[in-house]
Amino acid sequence: MTAYRLASGGLVDRNAPLDFRFDGRNLAGFSGDTLASALLASDQLLVGRSFKYHRPRGIVTAGPSEPNALVTIGKGANSDPNTKATVAELYSGLDARSQNRFPSLKYDVGAVNGLLSPFLGAGFYYKTFMWPAAFWEKVYEPIIRKAAGLGRAVLERDPQSYEKCWAHCDLLVVGSGPAGLMAALTAGRAGLRVILADEDFRLGGSLLGETVRIDGVYAPDFAETALSELRSLPNVTMMPRTTVFGWYDDNVFGAVERVQKHVALPQAKLPVERLWRIVAKRALLASGAEERPLVFGGNDKPGVMMVGAMRTYANRFGVAAGKSVAIFTNGSAGYRTAADLVAHGVDIAAIIDSRADVSEVAPDGVRVIRSASVIDTKGRQRVSGAVVERSGFEQTIACDAIGMSGGWNPVIHLACQRGAKAVWSEDLKTFLAPDVGNGLVVAGAAAGRYSLAGCLQDGADKAAMIVADLGFSASAHTAPVVDGEIDPSFTALWYSPGAKAKAFVDFQNDVHVKDIGLALREGFGHVEHAKRYTTNGMATDQGKLSGINATGLLAAMQGISPADVGTTTFRPFYTPVAFGAMAGTSRDEHAAPVRKSPLHGWAQRNGAVFVDSGLWYRPAYFTQHGEKTWRESADREVLNIRENVGLCDVSTLGKIEIFGPDAAEFLNRLYCNPFLKLPVGKARYGLMLREDGMVYDDGTTSRLSPEHFVMTTTTALAVGVMSHMEYCAQVHWPDLKVRFCSSTDQWAQMAIAGPKARLVMQALVEDDVSDAAFPFLAAGIVTLKGGVKARLFRISFSGELAYELAVPAGLGDAVADAIMEEGRAHGICAYGVEALNVLRIEKGHVTHAEFDGRVTPDDAGFGRMVSAQKPDFIGKRLSTRYGLTAADRMQMVGLKPVEADQHIRAGAHLLREGAKPSTLNDQGYVSSACFSPTLGHAIALAFLKSGRERYGERIVVWDKLAGAEVVAEVCNPVFVDPGNAKLNS
Amino acid sequence: MRYSAFSIVKNALTGNVSWKPAWRQPEPKPFYDIIIVGGGGHGLATAYYLAKEFGLKNIAVLEKGYLGSGNVGRNTTIVRSNYMLPGNEPFYEFSMKLWEGMERELNYNAMLSQRGIISLFHNDGQRDAYIRRGNAMWMEGVPAELLDRATLMKMLPFLNFDHARFPIIGGLLQKRAGTARHDAVAWGYARAADRFGVDLIQNCEVTGIRRDNGVVTGVETSRGFIGCGKLGLAAAGNTSRVGQMADLKLPIESHVLQAFVTEGLKPAINHVITYGAGHFYISQSDKGGLVFGAEIDGYNSYAQRGNLATVEHVMEEGVTMIPGLSRVRVLRSWGGVMDMSMDGSPIISHTPIDNLYLNCGWCYGGFKATPASGFCFAHLIAKNETHPVARFLRLDRFERGYPIDEQGAGPQPNLH
Amino acid sequence: MASLIHCPHCGIRPKEEFSIRGDASLVRPDPAASDEAWNDYVHIRSNPRGRYHEHWQHGAGCRRWLVVERDTFTHEVFSVTDAASVARKAGR
Repeated sequence: MTAYRLASGGLVDRNAPLDFRFDGRNLAGFSGDTLASALLASDQLLVGRSFKYHRPRGIVTAGPSEPNALVTIGKGANSDPNTKATVAELYSGLDARSQNRFPSLKYDVGAVNGLLSPFLGAGFYYKTFMWPAAFWEKVYEPIIRKAAGLGRAVLERDPQSYEKCWAHCDLLVVGSGPAGLMAALTAGRAGLRVILADEDFRLGGSLLGETVRIDGVYAPDFAETALSELRSLPNVTMMPRTTVFGWYDDNVFGAVERVQKHVALPQAKLPVERLWRIVAKRALLASGAEERPLVFGGNDKPGVMMVGAMRTYANRFGVAAGKSVAIFTNGSAGYRTAADLVAHGVDIAAIIDSRADVSEVAPDGVRVIRSASVIDTKGRQRVSGAVVERSGFEQTIACDAIGMSGGWNPVIHLACQRGAKAVWSEDLKTFLAPDVGNGLVVAGAAAGRYSLAGCLQDGADKAAMIVADLGFSASAHTAPVVDGEIDPSFTALWYSPGAKAKAFVDFQNDVHVKDIGLALREGFGHVEHAKRYTTNGMATDQGKLSGINATGLLAAMQGISPADVGTTTFRPFYTPVAFGAMAGTSRDEHAAPVRKSPLHGWAQRNGAVFVDSGLWYRPAYFTQHGEKTWRESADREVLNIRENVGLCDVSTLGKIEIFGPDAAEFLNRLYCNPFLKLPVGKARYGLMLREDGMVYDDGTTSRLSPEHFVMTTTTALAVGVMSHMEYCAQVHWPDLKVRFCSSTDQWAQMAIAGPKARLVMQALVEDDVSDAAFPFLAAGIVTLKGGVKARLFRISFSGELAYELAVPAGLGDAVADAIMEEGRAHGICAYGVEALNVLRIEKGHVTHAEFDGRVTPDDAGFGRMVSAQKPDFIGKRLSTRYGLTAADRMQMVGLKPVEADQHIRAGAHLLREGAKPSTLNDQGYVSSACFSPTLGHAIALAFLKSGRERYGERIVVWDKLAGAEVVAEVCNPVFVDPGNAKLNS
Repeated sequence: MRYSAFSIVKNALTGNVSWKPAWRQPEPKPFYDIIIVGGGGHGLATAYYLAKEFGLKNIAVLEKGYLGSGNVGRNTTIVRSNYMLPGNEPFYEFSMKLWEGMERELNYNAMLSQRGIISLFHNDGQRDAYIRRGNAMWMEGVPAELLDRATLMKMLPFLNFDHARFPIIGGLLQKRAGTARHDAVAWGYARAADRFGVDLIQNCEVTGIRRDNGVVTGVETSRGFIGCGKLGLAAAGNTSRVGQMADLKLPIESHVLQAFVTEGLKPAINHVITYGAGHFYISQSDKGGLVFGAEIDGYNSYAQRGNLATVEHVMEEGVTMIPGLSRVRVLRSWGGVMDMSMDGSPIISHTPIDNLYLNCGWCYGGFKATPASGFCFAHLIAKNETHPVARFLRLDRFERGYPIDEQGAGPQPNLH
Repeated sequence: MASLIHCPHCGIRPKEEFSIRGDASLVRPDPAASDEAWNDYVHIRSNPRGRYHEHWQHGAGCRRWLVVERDTFTHEVFSVTDAASVARKAGR
């Protein structure tokens, strides 16, 4: 036993023991522990294996920058891979497993990579594995892939729930250490709406592991007093367990609150994580400073730990990292930890100080070796000694843990996420946050103010400035007085010379000093090149520990300043964020809203099988007794409509009301065909182009009164067309007096089609709907029997005698039922979009299968509709471009198989008979195809080069994907009733 | 120094101290026959093919940052040739074939991994469009397979089959598609071009294009004036800014596209998979990170960072497609600045200025095009004539009415 | 920009409520303008790095088209104006 729980001390609740498991072992900790502190207390030093060499790895930090102690917590669908033990709050029943090892953490066969390390230097894989070509995917890559990666994603459906919220505040304080607490107090007392967020489950930051006195009280008690005052302020919101991961435009911060990650059995009514979008007038970044590792031989062995972490474990968690601790330091931090450990009864084997001049005083009886460095460590899976070199002499100091301290790096991640580069401070030998304006102000250790007194003061001062800036007044404050603090200075030491073992820079990715040297030697000296070539800083900690040392090494090796090397780019996320938290409730069936037609219930009652149509559910077909396939139903529906009558829900088509004295003029400019003189009571098919001359959308527009039109759009583009019209009206022609309103949801609209449609309609409508009184393309307001006003249109997609009847949405169900009732005598059936599609293909009518955004009116046979007279309309000018009028453009034609029993599939391409398949020989493609029950064989609509000149030609319908080739005859695309006799009957 | 297993062993045994720089760090010469602006994948590949395929010498690549600092180093590494339109498919298939021989040719392992791409579809209309696309691929001799739902359930059991808002009904598979290690592509071309004597000049920002009598004579740079006989622009993301120096009118908008990588995980997803009910796409790198992205943020931007709403949207799509991603943590997001063209397709073209050539408009498909883009651009510059597979990618196709619009979205870049 | 837009009619609203169309400095040419003018309008973009006018529509709010003046590099928004009033001022 080496690491152990101290007999007393710490902020853990020793009366609340918690059982947990690690790699199947039953262990115990206390409430208030992290998994890491509990593992340490159980002397579980070995917690993971590194990425490349599978070297044994131990806990290095006590916080979010941990590169080594990554475990999988939970089981099955509830497992969280790559969870940092150093931030995982311990709970009873927590079940953790180590990662990236086989068969076990202790005996990992992957460790053989370590023996091969001379061959596996930075970028080795770019230089080999190229021969033979097929071996990469088959042999080399699977080995590399299997060896790589850390935890295992189970990819099972997550049983837990997540949610998202907005929060608004005057001041967001990120970090609840000394600077953050003072800032929150200052702003909270002044009346600002304050949010205090901290990633830790316990607020107080570094104060929780501090031993000095502030204003005469022990630091954690000082924190508790401040926190209880903050809790009492109604304008202050405390957000523990909340990681602010990103800073976005307009001072919006992304944060994730771990609501139930620390409980064994989450309550179903609460999310496990909650995404916060915090809109902050101002933000104060009080994220503290990260201790810098020292790069020395053997520095990756379990038992080597940051001294600050050792101090935190001892003071906050009551855990000693070892019984006999050697400390390697280049500044005062090592002495401070030594003093605290001694106070806890831990033996300090020695303090190895890289500096010659040392002002710090070591605890009584502790040996200090100056101008010295650790060049290797003893022990296999845990440290048993430090090999120390001084003036050319080596000595081994027995110890069971080594603390290291290389100085401090302010945690400036958030401040650098929006493009501004970190700034080198020659004084502090570190990178500081750039000036990013007053939206985000950095304070305390994050701003390079390392002393506790300085942090307290800086937090209060900067908050006071924000208070004043926002027009509040801050009450006068006196900075708290700190007793017994030490000067936190250090001398930069980028690496410890004379290493006899690998000196690691990036612990997780196994990047060591020689890798950085190799990158430099091979021309990858730019800090971004070095990162990408060596993978330094690309591990799950994103270089929180390794980044600065890589910069320092690159600078030192080239004899230049770290300022000239710079840092790699800081990007979200500050620490990794789960997909689930970011997705919130938007998943599975709730990934997108569902739109249901007012006739949805009617369709359901009539046996509809629904299909997605954008956000809508539309009836695809209506199953009747005995029908086994959709085709049986659809064929029946089609034949019934051609012979009798059918009712189809067309409510999903976009409906836009257009009002105003200039409505006609507006439509005339919007559509490529004329609308100015459309008479009241008439509908007209309209074709809308994009400004580039391609068809955008089509539909009928009817004039209900001189200044009121109603437009229908396709279901797919209802939203887009509305927006396009608003754009045209507001941006192009603001002088036109015209207004729009979408009424898609306000109307239930039904198509009643078939030779017997009039019989049904006349039974329902008071007005005369005879062909004479209400001919094809008539439109108007009619009165239904019973008095309901409705809109009636004599339009037809099916090619049959047809009406579309629109009634207020709430009446849809009843009216549809009434139509079915009236129609029963005439053999009415409900029909869905499958039948509708067959009907329209038979009639040669187009949909977005034809109008796919690459088609001109002429391509689809509407060339003569385009007005040559109108001076202007959207798309007029560019539709005359050479390529849009070329004779070899693909034009819409019909296809029918030469052998009647053969099928054609949409998406097939067209080839001349005997032509070799090639892109050059490609003649076109099938846009829509179906079996025509009316004709008894397959038919299709297709786009064929110069197609209208080629009626009668035999062409190969080439569907290589299906392995099918069918010879078809090119024909007119109108298969049924080309003379429109049915339409006009 | 030739790379091989042997060279690794030899160097390992001698302490790895004899490795030579992958490329020289030359000072700019006063004059080059050909200058390529942009030391990204496309610029470096262009220089390489100019030297290797067309035997040209005295070539420089000018890069304002470090080699590969643009989009070649911040994409989602997907390589594929599954296009629909005749203006695109032959070009991308030409690229695919170059990919397949590139590593041995360059003597650099870019880890091309032909894991296959599966494009999911969710309704009949999408299915028909993918059939059209798959058959267009076959027309060009590119194998494609249509997978039905049952096959997908076996191949990709982790997809959302039972609770999907938009049910998965099938997918189109291109087996030869896959991923490559993006940085290595830039480095491989750089190293190979350097070996042919191409000067790769980093930290050299072009600030002006000098013209005399309507002909380009050189470029002003942050390292002084450099003369040239021909100038090729391959600065996607900043095309408009560079083009403006020669008063080019360009059908380009700069947009930001975000990409993401998760923490390293053991192999879980073996294909590149694209979602049909959104723009989400995902693959797993050899290091174990899931690399993914979706749509552009939607507004013009030169900032290499995006907004939170898009981040959320991308991850919503991810969890919708693969519910088990919910617990996977995302490590990093970044933004690349895209040259979005007016039809969503690229431009490799002459310009109104005789000795100025343009390579741009890659939208978010530039990475897969790297070899063919370099080859065809080199062909254009060297022979002053368009390579056959790139003959539709002309700058003047817009005014002439020959857009190559795979999405059918028209001249609004944020819809492509 | 990008996170929040100050709609002149609805106040500060999140980006998700808006849709974006593109360059607002482009003015639809007169029908009689040259082919070049029309091609430029439809296809050519100045695409500046810096100050830029862009059309956004507040689709989930007032449904007005807005001219958002902002910086394409810093994403700072300088002004948001109703597009129709901009058009009228320009004499359209």
